[in-house]
Amino acid sequence: MDRAEKFIISFSIVVLVLFVTGIIIVAKGAGIDLAECVPSDKTFTEGRLGQLDEHTYQAYYVAKMWAFEPREIEIPLESELDIFLTSKDVVHGFHINEKAVNLMAVPGTINKYRVKFSKRGTYEIVCHEFCGTGHQNMVGKIIVK
Amino acid sequence: MEFSKSLKRVLLLELLIPMLLLVLGVYLGLIQVLSRAGVIRGDSIWSLKYFEGLTLHGVVNAIVVTTFFAVAFGNAVMVYYLKNKIKMTWVWISFWVMLIGTLLAAWAIMSGNATVLYTFYAPLKAHPLFYIGVALLVVGSWIAFFNWIPMYLRFRKEHPEKKTPIAVVGTLANFVIWFIATVPVAYEVLVILLPWSLGYVSEINVMLTRVLFWFFGHPLVYFWLLPAYIMYYAFLPKLVGSKIYSDFAARLVFFLFLIFSIPVGLHHQFAEPSINPNLKLLHAVFTFGVALPSLITAFSIAASLEMGAHLRGHKGLMSWVYRQPFFDRNNYLFAYLIVGLLIFIVGGATGILNASYSMNNLVHNTGFLPGHFHLTVAGPVILAIFGMTIYMYSNLTGKEVKLKSLNVAVPYIWALGLAFFSSGLMVGGLLGEPRRTNLGISYTNPDSPLFHSDWQITTAITAIGGTIMFIAALSYFTVLIATMASKSKASIAFSFPTSEAYHDEKNISLVKNFAPWILVAVVIILIAYVPTIKEALENTAGGALPYLPTNPVPITP
Repeated sequence: MDRAEKFIISFSIVVLVLFVTGIIIVAKGAGIDLAECVPSDKTFTEGRLGQLDEHTYQAYYVAKMWAFEPREIEIPLESELDIFLTSKDVVHGFHINEKAVNLMAVPGTINKYRVKFSKRGTYEIVCHEFCGTGHQNMVGKIIVK
Repeated sequence: MEFSKSLKRVLLLELLIPMLLLVLGVYLGLIQVLSRAGVIRGDSIWSLKYFEGLTLHGVVNAIVVTTFFAVAFGNAVMVYYLKNKIKMTWVWISFWVMLIGTLLAAWAIMSGNATVLYTFYAPLKAHPLFYIGVALLVVGSWIAFFNWIPMYLRFRKEHPEKKTPIAVVGTLANFVIWFIATVPVAYEVLVILLPWSLGYVSEINVMLTRVLFWFFGHPLVYFWLLPAYIMYYAFLPKLVGSKIYSDFAARLVFFLFLIFSIPVGLHHQFAEPSINPNLKLLHAVFTFGVALPSLITAFSIAASLEMGAHLRGHKGLMSWVYRQPFFDRNNYLFAYLIVGLLIFIVGGATGILNASYSMNNLVHNTGFLPGHFHLTVAGPVILAIFGMTIYMYSNLTGKEVKLKSLNVAVPYIWALGLAFFSSGLMVGGLLGEPRRTNLGISYTNPDSPLFHSDWQITTAITAIGGTIMFIAALSYFTVLIATMASKSKASIAFSFPTSEAYHDEKNISLVKNFAPWILVAVVIILIAYVPTIKEALENTAGGALPYLPTNPVPITP
């Protein structure tokens, strides 16, 4: 191994360490993290929208072949939404278009993610994991007023 | 060297059977891009349903073709470089076990009894023969591997002073990774899914099956890729009249893959419940570790190419970039390898993006993902397989490659198609276009209330790309068939274009023995996976009954 090669290996390591540092700063410093780890609980098995306080809503989503329950929810602008997601049958996906919300609904588990809506509009939820015959029609809606 | 008749026969079967299946595989790829774009609209084409086709496309292209090729290539590398006799009985047993497994799984899929995609995520249930078939394919590849171990040990014993040839180091590292990674998935398939599929067990822990699958799912990617890496190091420098830049670095790369390929599976599960985000972060960090050998490779190969151009008399500082035999009809293997390598620059970069933890929130399970991984498995991997299959065929049979101009054009046509294909999928993915979805029925259908006009554009770009790739594949099959139909000239000895090393370092023990690296790999795997499996067991409740994709009511025993 010559000098050029030693340099390039050290350089690669430095670049990768910088990448990892950036990721950790964004995730833990700026708080843009992944889905939270919530132990499974029976209270999550029915789809509904609840309100925690003035600005915080809780949506208990149940994904099933081939719909999200609740199908449509409405929340005011600038509110925080805690999404709790589970599946009644097979594995489903849960992606809110135009939002960085991207979750898997796995039977026997609860997935949790907090998201804030600062723009009015209708947000479409799309199932993006193959879940059977009706997969391509499995959508939901979040209306932000 | 002269291969025995029996060895030649088995190698030809192991190379050509996957090519036959690949005809079906690429046809199904075409059907999918056309269905996603809404050019074909409907649930099934010629009685094969969209998701049966997608399952077959994934299983054939990603698992069957790659495994058969890795075994065929490995058999040839071991015999050619170690100059040891191989036990032909086990070579044949390995071939038959893999073939029977493939046929069983293919039957289950094509008869509509295993519409579960290549990830076979529970609680969608497949026919028991699908699980048995997949397991047999894997076991067949293990048999091939176990057959090589005594050959390697004998070589080491008989030549204690000699370095192990690089292609052998790469092949063995690859199969060590493969063996470690397939043990948990064999457990998933045989101990969890098979009894459940047969109805002996009613409920299973879905999260556990997902963790076990992805323990295997990412090393699988390296299992596809390492044969291509072996060709980049051992053959590519020779093809441009150059040398391996550093022998030590080449060996180090394969050993780094050995330790970092496996403890990274959670980067496929960033969006999933039940597992602590900090554990996912740990896997993300290890994923950046596995980027290191690829960066070293990028440098080493570029250095070899530069040196080659200088040796051939091109003195300019940067002229080596284009002074390469890109379109040399008689050096087609170089074209296949270099195009794959260039594609992999984008494939690797998008992979780093996916692995970047919270960044994954933007792209997970969207079209971005197949956009990325087709730049790996349908880039360097398939092009290396295409190039080496025709090379080995020609070498084993003594037939000269026909339609040489078309042959050398194939990788370029393929790359052009892939550029459109992956751009469409990745841009679509950033616009929220889901993967694994027959979009033509709803999202790209102007008559549907779910119509998305922006996805119509991106799926159309993907369809154009997919069609060009299909044409490239047909051109390749034409070259292969024309070559097969020609007459054998003479029985020539089999050879690989083997590169020498420029910096040929001493045979130091760091890159000589497998045992310490395997030990480190196992320790890192335990750190990464013991807590992960514990969480998957503790944070989940209730088991899952089996489902068929057509029915929201579970199958009750």
